[in-house]
Amino acid sequence: MTKWEAVIGLEVHVELKTNTKIFCNCSTEFGGDPNTHVCPVCLGLPGTLPVLNKKVVEYAVKAGLALNCEIASYSKFDRKNYYYPDLPKNYQVSQFDLPIAKGGYLDIEVGGETKRIGIHHMHMEEDAGKLVHQGTIMASPYTLVDYNRGGMPLVEIVSEPDMRSAEEARAYVEKLRSVIQYTGVSDCKMQEGSLRCDANVSVRPVGTTKLGTKTEIKNMNSFKALQRAVEYEIERQIEVLEDGGKIVQETRTWDEAKGITISMRSKEEAQDYRYFPDPDLVPVVIDEQWVKELRDGLPELPDSRKARYVEQYSLPAYDASVLTAIKEMSDFFEEVLDYFPQPKVVSNWIMGDLSGLLNANQQELTDSPITAKQFAELLKLIDQGTISGKIAKTVLEEMVATGKEPATIVKEKGLVQISDEGELTKIIEEIIANNPKSVEDYRNGKTAAIGFLVGQTMKATKGKANPGLVNKLLKEKLQ
Amino acid sequence: MSLNQMTAHQLHQLMVNKEVSAEEITTAVYKRIDAVEEKVKSFITLTKEQALETARNVDKQIAAGEKLSPLAGIPVAVKDNICITGVSTTCASKMLADYVPPFDATVIEKLNAVGAVMVGKTNMDEFAMGSSTETSTMHTTYNPWDTDRVPGGSSGGSAAAVAADQCIVALGTDTGGSIRQPAAFCGVVGIKPTYGAVSRYGAVPYASSLDQIGPLTKDVTDGALMLNAICGHDHRDSTSAQYDVPDYTKYLENNVQGLKIGIPKEYMAAGLGANVRQVIEGAVATLANLGAEVEEVSLPHIKYALPAYYLIATAEASSNLARFDGVGFGYRDTDADDILQMFIKSRSEGFGEEVKRRIMLGTYALSAGFYDAYYLKALKVRTLIKQDFDQVFEKYDLILSPTTPTPAFKVGENIDDPIKMYLQDIFTSSVNLAGVPSICLPCGFVDGLPVGMQLIGKPFGEGTMLRAAYTFEQNTEFHRQRPAL
Repeated sequence: MTKWEAVIGLEVHVELKTNTKIFCNCSTEFGGDPNTHVCPVCLGLPGTLPVLNKKVVEYAVKAGLALNCEIASYSKFDRKNYYYPDLPKNYQVSQFDLPIAKGGYLDIEVGGETKRIGIHHMHMEEDAGKLVHQGTIMASPYTLVDYNRGGMPLVEIVSEPDMRSAEEARAYVEKLRSVIQYTGVSDCKMQEGSLRCDANVSVRPVGTTKLGTKTEIKNMNSFKALQRAVEYEIERQIEVLEDGGKIVQETRTWDEAKGITISMRSKEEAQDYRYFPDPDLVPVVIDEQWVKELRDGLPELPDSRKARYVEQYSLPAYDASVLTAIKEMSDFFEEVLDYFPQPKVVSNWIMGDLSGLLNANQQELTDSPITAKQFAELLKLIDQGTISGKIAKTVLEEMVATGKEPATIVKEKGLVQISDEGELTKIIEEIIANNPKSVEDYRNGKTAAIGFLVGQTMKATKGKANPGLVNKLLKEKLQ
Repeated sequence: MSLNQMTAHQLHQLMVNKEVSAEEITTAVYKRIDAVEEKVKSFITLTKEQALETARNVDKQIAAGEKLSPLAGIPVAVKDNICITGVSTTCASKMLADYVPPFDATVIEKLNAVGAVMVGKTNMDEFAMGSSTETSTMHTTYNPWDTDRVPGGSSGGSAAAVAADQCIVALGTDTGGSIRQPAAFCGVVGIKPTYGAVSRYGAVPYASSLDQIGPLTKDVTDGALMLNAICGHDHRDSTSAQYDVPDYTKYLENNVQGLKIGIPKEYMAAGLGANVRQVIEGAVATLANLGAEVEEVSLPHIKYALPAYYLIATAEASSNLARFDGVGFGYRDTDADDILQMFIKSRSEGFGEEVKRRIMLGTYALSAGFYDAYYLKALKVRTLIKQDFDQVFEKYDLILSPTTPTPAFKVGENIDDPIKMYLQDIFTSSVNLAGVPSICLPCGFVDGLPVGMQLIGKPFGEGTMLRAAYTFEQNTEFHRQRPAL
């Protein structure tokens, strides 16, 4: 039992999926040649003024509601003043003391236990541009600035320091992503930076309540990296403290290749951002009726969907939570049921083979050509005994790769199951003749030996033999 | 009277009657510029070719028998902190000496749309910070009434250009009095519209919550015509008001019968030069004789207006001017070893002394530990001042006060004494804090120098303000006097 306890709080930036930037009409499309999605406003040219995109407020309210927050009827934008070359105005328009949403929570599940993580607040802000260095930042002879990202709409979701392990931190961000994705306000792609997360980590002796000195970790580009970085940092801090050292308040960066956190800059002297209300923007006044409409318009969120799956489809809680974690997956599941109403079978195939295949290809469900109807057709082919489960895996692979109908694939490749007793009997007799040792083992009571003979039969038929029939016929012959 | 000495409404009539062409007017203006610019130095940039082209287009319209907008073919001078596509916008600063904006300010779009002729960009205090146009990095502008004296600031170039007949009308910006104070010094009409009445889009900001673009003109009628052209909601400016813009010329009525005008006793107290006081009292008497009801009123918190103004304005300025860092545009020091040094050197070399002073003041006022004591306190004072005005306006239609404590002072007289310079805005800055409109018009002379009177209106009460100013003008001769250059 460790004598240290970790305290973790997360700041998650989510990029909202609006068509235009937060304060101008520039495109928010990802990519594009450097400095092509820019205009005088997002470049901060002198004389330009920001005008708030109403869609950003709508999306922020939706996200806030989904995170169980209270939506502020009156909030405002402030300027956060600091110098950085990727920041066109050298202040970031953000929200300070009056954010759009406050006081929410998310329930996470870790080790079979449900835990509630508090959300302190969520605020809206503009993103900065991107610096492009040649080689490493220190050795680069020059730095280029791409302002395409400047002015992209963000919400920052600040959790309470309620997490106690790297696993909880990961579960929180995964749940957060799931909920936000459900609302449709962001695609939350960590690899494209539309979900970015900073972790504040400190440790303290178990049983104490005073917070230890924290460090902030940045630059984690995947859930795995988040978990590893936090794990590493907790261990590092414990080691420093056990060696009689002191934790320095600082910002650290996660080095994925080395698997360590590295000091970026000291925060001993707190940065003075000189926040003050942005005089170029009027306060954000939100009508209660509008919030109600947005609340009513929210889709079913993962928690209630999960509960419904257990209730309506009698699925195990585990299946229900895996299926509902990603909205597309969940929607797909329900659509497949329309054509093939056997929830547990569908669930097994989605969670098992389909997910495995997509993961192996590093594909999202939405990237693959497979439709719910096609998937249901495949399951029907198994159900009808046209193909075996094993053959189905091969067919599925082909479907994901080409988007062809399962029946077409089966036909083209001649994969129809052999259920003809006469044909199978001939093959089985041959197998029995060629494997006297196994036959003898079986007859001497080693019933497991039949498995080998089944395997040989399947091999001889290239997997097309109906396995149930093979078993039955083999047992008859060996009597 | 030569063409360039006339008002816009006079010239409009001549053009409508085909007695004169727009090109002739523009040519007359440039001829005058050639003649007196050496002495006055109102301009930073002249845009003669474009101006003549616009004028010729207007003449084509006239020839085609099209209906002419009141400002079509009228030469306008533009303060150099208002962006015009393709024309350098320097803010009279080394920082932006080579900056050419790729877009038009909304006011420029609007003036272009009615066929106004842009003659050039006028000199100003650097980034609109100053009350004498002496902080310009380009050169000092001189007062056409006495070229040993300043034209006021920060819209000193625009005021001087109108007074010296180098243009017909001009645009300025007013953050704490920067249109009205130079209007007073140069003996022209200057209007600071209600905050939100004119879009700020395209005006390089000094202090966003106080800045407002407004006209400088030779008489009140031209002021009304300019308001007609530039007022109105703009979707590109969140602080731009949604309101029905009236036809301001409808208010040009020679009648102040029943208008209730309050004179704040705090403004007529000690500190106001005796000779200026006398002139103002004369103007008050004139309005009273014409039928206005004039009474003394009190604005109890007005004594805090100037410090509150300087805290809020500098705080906003410190942030607004942060973008001038040598990265995206404007002046860059190229010798620095690293990015921090580049920021520091670019800003140290690019900004003048007064700008740096205000950035530092504002940075201090916003810094942790001082925010509550300074910035927040100033915001509270601002609210109290607004309430003072609201209270007076419950009973009165207008407030009348001097525009400046003295007539134009000599070049160099105050430049080394910032506090004395800041006192120039003592009667004007409260108007910006309250967001109300105000007009300055000539109301007399002291030792041959013009003195301005300020009429302050209710929010969006420009019409009443114009009516009183017009009546005063119609019954006096001050606005007809021209400087002997």
